[in-house]
Amino acid sequence: MLADKAAIVGIGATEFSKESGRSELQLAAECVIDALADAGIDPAEVDGISTFKSDNNPESEVHRVIGGKALKFFSRVDYGGGAACGVVMQAAMAIATGVCEVAVVYRAFNERSQYRYGSGASHKTPAHNYDGATRAWGGVHGLVSPASNVAMSATRYMYEYGATSEDFGRYCVLARKYAATNPKAWFYQKPITLDDHQNSRWIVEPLRLLDCCQESDGGVALVITSVERARTLKQTPALIRAVAQGSCDDQHTMTSYYRENIAHLPEMKLVADQLWAMSHLSPSDMQYATIYDHFSPYVFQQLEALGYCGMGQAKDFIREGHLELDGSLPTNTHGGQLGEAYIHGVNGIAEAVRQIRGTSCNQVKRVQHAVVTAGTGVPTSGLILGQL
Amino acid sequence: MSDEQAEFKAKMQSYVDRGDEGIKTSWDDVNRPMIRHWAQAMGDNNPIYTDAEFAAGTRHGGLVAPPTMIQAWTMKGLDGQAPGSSTIDPMAEASELMVAAGYVAVVATNCEQRYLRYVKPGEKLHHRYRLESISDEKKTGLGTGYFMTQLLEYCTEEGEKVAEMRFTILRYKPGKREPKRPPRARPGMTRDTEFFWQGLHEQNKLLIQRCASCKTLRHPPAPMCPSCRSLEHDTVEASGRGTLYSHVTMHYPPLPAFEYPNTIALVELEEGTRLLAGLIDLSAEDLEIGMPLQLEIVRCDDELTVPMFRRAQ
Repeated sequence: MLADKAAIVGIGATEFSKESGRSELQLAAECVIDALADAGIDPAEVDGISTFKSDNNPESEVHRVIGGKALKFFSRVDYGGGAACGVVMQAAMAIATGVCEVAVVYRAFNERSQYRYGSGASHKTPAHNYDGATRAWGGVHGLVSPASNVAMSATRYMYEYGATSEDFGRYCVLARKYAATNPKAWFYQKPITLDDHQNSRWIVEPLRLLDCCQESDGGVALVITSVERARTLKQTPALIRAVAQGSCDDQHTMTSYYRENIAHLPEMKLVADQLWAMSHLSPSDMQYATIYDHFSPYVFQQLEALGYCGMGQAKDFIREGHLELDGSLPTNTHGGQLGEAYIHGVNGIAEAVRQIRGTSCNQVKRVQHAVVTAGTGVPTSGLILGQL
Repeated sequence: MSDEQAEFKAKMQSYVDRGDEGIKTSWDDVNRPMIRHWAQAMGDNNPIYTDAEFAAGTRHGGLVAPPTMIQAWTMKGLDGQAPGSSTIDPMAEASELMVAAGYVAVVATNCEQRYLRYVKPGEKLHHRYRLESISDEKKTGLGTGYFMTQLLEYCTEEGEKVAEMRFTILRYKPGKREPKRPPRARPGMTRDTEFFWQGLHEQNKLLIQRCASCKTLRHPPAPMCPSCRSLEHDTVEASGRGTLYSHVTMHYPPLPAFEYPNTIALVELEEGTRLLAGLIDLSAEDLEIGMPLQLEIVRCDDELTVPMFRRAQ
């Protein structure tokens, strides 16, 4: 079993911006060095790296640039933000099996200043491969952006369960409230009201501008090592109690429109079931959650997939205040990807580590366990962190 | 024609009727260097323009200027019109009035030249000009406006007319035109999916892939049947009847190939499979999940045909 074999012992980041003014490779090198300094580990010791398939910085190059000596494990995980906890799983497995001893994961990009995922994939010259053929189903009609892909599910979710745009807005207001007190957040000191949300322009109905995560430049890295080594290091380790991936039930990437019910996230349910089984913990054992928030409606569907409420009941769960600092499941206290930055979910893992350490700027009292999810609408992943 | 229009036209016509005539002189005599520049720029190798010896043996008895160069001789230079030119400009006066009335745009629509004889190096030309006609108000593809024609007559110092030119412009109120849209993105295809696009474009049919073994329908297409793992498949033609399963209305990003807001549907066909499709004559507020829809196969251009749906009758 993979449970309790490895721990996150270092977190590092660049600043989060709309224009970093430097190369993506530099962002990667900076956040990795920052994480290693946080852990108190010499960069020359790094012998394992896992990152996102969508990251533009090769593992070998990051390793070379930081002055690494011997890289014995390198791997990539696909499906955009769905990789966020999957890369931690890769590192934990490599450490648990003795393949490497000090693993780093990173995600570093100039997503805002260089390409903007939200601008939509418009292929003038179509790719005659699986990806091109799959994009074509929506592409010929103009369904080209991540927001539009999620909106199709959101419309059906609203129809099935009576959720409203205001319901989605309540999550967005909360995320921005947390970001307002996080000095590293792009929207530091910029909270919003529900009216602001309701008055923000449509991006893709039923999603408004303020339902969508930011587009960001920046990098975040994590250092993962064995539990034995973790005990000797300077930071309170965040023990990896469980970590899992999931893809199921007529899965497609962003367009699982052909399964029985498109208002659910069965792949996240598959991840959650594994997490609870692996950790021997249950939803109520978590004192904190990072729920991947690229678009607000999927926060709702994830809370349901994780088992915090029944199908369609997330709107009531959120309205009742469960995600607040004094609620039963304080969530995304860094401000999430709506409020802090969009670093493909790795910044959310770092926040869960801070909650375990007791160092978040919006600290929850006595966090024993934290659950983290990765990007949804795609093959995804999740993890549970705990005190050693 | 309304009274107001008639009055405006009459005012315009008065500039024509007045018959004001001006004259424009030339900076230089007809000369060999300018002729050579012109002939070279135009790629016209006729030796009667540049080869004096050859030209002497022709019926011209010497070098001549290309007739189509006539306009060049009396053109103003960087320092303006040559000395002795008139400053009156009835076309500009009429234009001013038109701009004030909203006919703010202008486009040259026609230029007609007639040549009476060749001109030769050493001759000095001028042209006389007047506003010859203004049309009634016309509706054009660009907008509503008036065609104005100026007549220019090219003469030698002795007063012999050697050429004339009619130059016509359209002064108009720009109409609201649908912006020309670039074509939609071409669909990427693999051997698994090309039948779908070819069925639409070449057979005007919406095809659904069917497992040849267990007869399960599937969309999007795939090489293997997830139910029975058979690699054999054929297709059935969709009836075209379906219901609205879900929908979105795109506002951003605005792709130039589409009109916004752009409403896109996830349609459940009566055969049981779903597909993404555009909607015709249905905007966001008309949509109700479950509403019956009818297929309409729409040819976008010479390469692409897409499935769209409208409200079923």
